[in-house]
Amino acid sequence: MRVGLFIPCYVNQFYPQAAIATLQLLQKLGVNVVYPPRQTCCGQPMANSGFEHLTQECNDLFLENFSEFDYIVAPSASCVLHVKDHLHSTSDPAQAERVRSRVYELVEFLTDILKVENLTARFPHRVGIHQSCHGLRGLHLAQMSELNAKPFSKPVYLLNMVEGLELVSLDRPDECCGFGGTFCVAEEAVSVKMGKDRVTDHTKNGAEYITSVDLSCLMHLEGILQRNKSAVKAVHIAEILNSTL
Amino acid sequence: MEKQLKDHAALAEAFIRDEEHVNWHDGALWWIRQKRDIASKQIPEWEDLREAASRIKSNVLSNLHDYLLQFEANAIKNGIKVHWAADADEHNAIVYSILKEKDIRQMVKSKSMLTEECHLNEYLIERGIDVINSDLGEYIQQLDNEPPSHIVLPCIHKRKEEIGELFHEHLGTEKGVSDPTLLTRVARGHLRNVFITRRAALTGVNFAVAETGEYVVCTNEGNADMGAHLSEVQIASMGLEKIVPQKKHLGVFLRLLARSATGQPITIYSSHFKKPREGQEMHLILVDYGRSRQLGRPEFRDSLKCIRCGACMNTCPVYRKSGGLSYHNTISGPIGAILAPNLDMKKHADLPFASTLCGSCSNVCPVKINIHEQLYQWRQVIVREGYAANTKVLSMKAMAWTLSSPTSYSTIGRAGRWVLNNIPFAVNNKFNPWYKQREMPDGPKESFGEWYARNNDQTNDVNDSK
Repeated sequence: MRVGLFIPCYVNQFYPQAAIATLQLLQKLGVNVVYPPRQTCCGQPMANSGFEHLTQECNDLFLENFSEFDYIVAPSASCVLHVKDHLHSTSDPAQAERVRSRVYELVEFLTDILKVENLTARFPHRVGIHQSCHGLRGLHLAQMSELNAKPFSKPVYLLNMVEGLELVSLDRPDECCGFGGTFCVAEEAVSVKMGKDRVTDHTKNGAEYITSVDLSCLMHLEGILQRNKSAVKAVHIAEILNSTL
Repeated sequence: MEKQLKDHAALAEAFIRDEEHVNWHDGALWWIRQKRDIASKQIPEWEDLREAASRIKSNVLSNLHDYLLQFEANAIKNGIKVHWAADADEHNAIVYSILKEKDIRQMVKSKSMLTEECHLNEYLIERGIDVINSDLGEYIQQLDNEPPSHIVLPCIHKRKEEIGELFHEHLGTEKGVSDPTLLTRVARGHLRNVFITRRAALTGVNFAVAETGEYVVCTNEGNADMGAHLSEVQIASMGLEKIVPQKKHLGVFLRLLARSATGQPITIYSSHFKKPREGQEMHLILVDYGRSRQLGRPEFRDSLKCIRCGACMNTCPVYRKSGGLSYHNTISGPIGAILAPNLDMKKHADLPFASTLCGSCSNVCPVKINIHEQLYQWRQVIVREGYAANTKVLSMKAMAWTLSSPTSYSTIGRAGRWVLNNIPFAVNNKFNPWYKQREMPDGPKESFGEWYARNNDQTNDVNDSK
């Protein structure tokens, strides 16, 4: 099994430690994983702003980088969902379809493909899970509170394998943080208010860390935490699952 | 009505300034969302009901022409006078002509979002007809000369103290009184007199049954019934999409509607109107007003399945934090944001962007409208039709150019990190909306790509040695 590591553009630039954790975790689990160096972005920032028509070059580049792999894995639910829903090719639609069905967010790759049953990770902290909307309602990484359906959670399944980690329960377990791509600047007031309310839910319920499958949500929450000089930290789930603290 | 100059973001920012009030608004609507969750989870077949409702509405939309004619024929057979209106003006003119013919100068109106969309009250008042809204929330909004901010809870954005002040000013209650029970009693006293003296009553329509020619009006206050039963002229205004094929289908929708709206098992009054009383005239106006145009847009036609429960508003975090009036459209919230651009794309170009695309709306929707996907699609249409700001077009083009080439991307990425590290004040200033209330991420010295290139051989060695 050859796995292509897809590291979203902003993760590559701003959160290399989460990308390194993803790579090391996959390697620890014996996966043959390669990072194609010529990758940039899935095109979501343009597409969600109404400019999907400008994303063909990003699509083509993505296919060029990742077509050869059995699986493509990324530490980002949002970018994976975008690829799954919107990756198209004018020259080779079959190839695009194949790639769309082979792209996985890290957590679901661990639970559904590798079928991980235990991890040697230690993270002795109280952790609150921030459900990324694209992970939750897009990729169904966990059951959403809106539906009358059986509960499950892939992130919780994995985090329960981490020694010393204590999950905190939240008042609103799956409310959006308000990042929303360009929404975070175009609708700055609403975005920040949503983020502040999410942060409050975690802090008042005793979280020391807020974790998520999406760094975009975490970047937003972290910005609010830091501005308010909070001791609570944001950390990507890969860093916890790879942690030996 | 005042001309809309500010967009959703600006109106929302103004609403959010009073944070304590926003917290109350958010909490009140979240509480209703939770009531909805509890009610929906008490029915094991809830998800099947949603699916059934969605499919019934699919059938309606695919056969709308035939169902409308069937409904019209049966309604006429029952003694209802049926009118057709292509748009708001035609609708308003029909109502006016009905009243004028009977020389009626006062009318009571129960909740009807359609007549709000048509600005019927303003139209009639300009022509010397006095209209009173009989739904308590709408009555309050009318006193304040403000449109409803929520389709089910029209004045949810108001504090009880503000309502007390309005009642003091308009209904003569004591200054400072804001007890909801007391204020409701005062409103009831005033409305009783209205019901008794009005010769004409207008209601909305929740469902119209093609098979029987009857229509159903759902309220909690019984105000539609009070108006209708005491009137000599009863008028109902309905959007074309309110049809259900058969009476048996009502069970599906009535079980979903109130549970989705407020968490009640059913609305207090679900009244069937089929034929006029002796001596009464009953009119029904079928209104298109953009609906057939929306039906012709394949990616947006399912928005016409909406049964106006408001669940998408209660669950929407953007709505809860920004208030319904920030959407500057009769139907606010997520559903409003996919309906409004059909009516006036330029005026409502901001609404599909007033969302994080979190998808909660689509999953509470009792008729399973893919609201967040339609928001995404509207964004594409709005940009394609040229309603995006020039600055945005330029920045998106620049972004697409940067990201389409690995070289330009890594150069600009490096430059960006360098700026964050070395001259943070270049981005950490008031011109950067991110920085206003949030810190920027740190600019690491090395990107992952650079780290990987440096460690690649070593990493492979580690792998090989395993």
